[in-house]
Amino acid sequence: MAVKVVRRRELTFSEQLYVPQILAGLKVTSAHFFRNLALHVAHSLGLLTHLSASVTFQYPEQPRPLAARFRSRHRLTVREEGTPRCVACMLCETVCPAKCITIVAGEHPDPNVEKYPVRFDIDLGVCVYCGYCVEVCPEDAIRMDTGILDVAAYSRDEMKLDIHELMDPALRKPLGDCSCSLRFPHQCRPAGGPMKGDWTGIYGETPNVSKPLVDRPRTCMPIKH
Amino acid sequence: MITDLAIKLVLAGIVFFGVLNLAGLHTWIERKQSAIIQDRIGANRASILGFRLMGLFHPLADAVKMFTKEDIIPAGADRVLHTLAPVFSVFFALVAFAAIPFGDRLLLGDRVIELQVAKIDVGLLYIFAMLSLGVYGVILAGFASRSNYAVMGGLRATAQMISYEIALGIAIIGIVMVYGTMDLQELVRGQGRHLGGWLPLWGIVVQPVAFFVFLTAALAETKRVPFDLPEGESEIIGYFVEYSGMKFGMFFLTDFLETIMVACLATTLFFGGWQVPYLTPNGFQFPWGSTLPISHWAYVFFGIASFSTKVLVFCWLFMQLRWTLPRFRYDQLMRLGWLGLFPISVANLLITGVLLALFTEGF
Repeated sequence: MAVKVVRRRELTFSEQLYVPQILAGLKVTSAHFFRNLALHVAHSLGLLTHLSASVTFQYPEQPRPLAARFRSRHRLTVREEGTPRCVACMLCETVCPAKCITIVAGEHPDPNVEKYPVRFDIDLGVCVYCGYCVEVCPEDAIRMDTGILDVAAYSRDEMKLDIHELMDPALRKPLGDCSCSLRFPHQCRPAGGPMKGDWTGIYGETPNVSKPLVDRPRTCMPIKH
Repeated sequence: MITDLAIKLVLAGIVFFGVLNLAGLHTWIERKQSAIIQDRIGANRASILGFRLMGLFHPLADAVKMFTKEDIIPAGADRVLHTLAPVFSVFFALVAFAAIPFGDRLLLGDRVIELQVAKIDVGLLYIFAMLSLGVYGVILAGFASRSNYAVMGGLRATAQMISYEIALGIAIIGIVMVYGTMDLQELVRGQGRHLGGWLPLWGIVVQPVAFFVFLTAALAETKRVPFDLPEGESEIIGYFVEYSGMKFGMFFLTDFLETIMVACLATTLFFGGWQVPYLTPNGFQFPWGSTLPISHWAYVFFGIASFSTKVLVFCWLFMQLRWTLPRFRYDQLMRLGWLGLFPISVANLLITGVLLALFTEGF
């Protein structure tokens, strides 16, 4: 085994004097200081705003740009008529390493769809944001592209998202009792509570139809922030 | 008698008000200056009624926090000395300012007021005595905490301060030899002459080597970066490790007070104190012959403004150095003090003496 002898560089005379090196260091910091100070003053006068005086993002007011593949809070994509795309196949619940997804399936009025989630809860206090649920979904029904990072709550219960919040990222906790003015075009039972909503808005009075009145679109609704 | 007392009280009030406010502002300067150097913005969130004033309320918030924090005295510690140590530190740092002249004499009616809290004939010795007594605060803090780490920190700090005091003192002797006085007011007056009619005969001109030695040793004396290893706030445990609340805050305040003290000393000894180049009590007398007479009040104002500006520039320079240099290792620190600064200051003293003996009429 070859031994490589690393010699430390000897300091030159001017380096041993300290003072020239200290002045060189002061030159660097002073250059930054006076440049940024001048820019701060110019900014306060509304000048030179295209030059930045600091690398800081003033976070809550000025969010950082996120990468396109960044995994943020989940959402459930919806069909054109406003019902969830999810067909309650349980793949995400099965693959989830943190076991934070709870799905209760119900029978969809449209026999071509077969199933839909009556309940779809994600406990964000448990979620590890691995993104497996997004990868595994055959229907593109769950995504992690809301751009919401600041999930914070005062209790563990408030960290649990129900189907309402997942379908509409604009809804944020606290939601109250969810009996509010939320209108859902399908039947659901958020967080294991009583059944709410019905299908009549889409399928009329007859629940079991052989043919869906609306074609199933493959595109998702845009995110509302 | 009563008027004399009142005048002295007013002068002391002015100095204390200015110095303590500047020390409080130093926390803000430290944060903001470091932020601007490092391309950041710095603390700017504390607000009163929505006004943020560039983070100027942060020192206020700090003070409120310091005063309301729990004050812990470790079990088994000497309660009296533990409480006394920060008081010692702040007291001796504050009283040293009494001898600093911040302006020329003010003529008020038939009364002559020296703009200096206490006119002491050996003002320089007084200031150095007070600064040396500050060491007691440090070693008492380490000793009274009943913590081995604090004792080690205190010993380290004491060794550093005493080592650098020697170089500091010897560097100053050169200045005293040149101007022939230890009265700081007279020392500043002595710097009012001009060499060849145009170069102000400030301390930096006649004693440039002493200035660098003084600056380095004084930085070490105040325990600021790059010599801050007595404190080493979070990395190396220092002498005030067992302190909390406002007692800790007082050690911090001492730090800033000593920084201002060093800035005042550097200004007074090496940069002409309240002198403005070409300004005499009668007005400006420029080297090219023209004169510009100004009133007495304007003259005094110029003097105070000149002194304050120089002190602020030095404070800025110390901050800039603090955010430029890395910390010394302990052996490097001792080597610099004893093998670097000490011989240089002694050589400077000898050369000054020889030159003075040869050209006594030169100055």
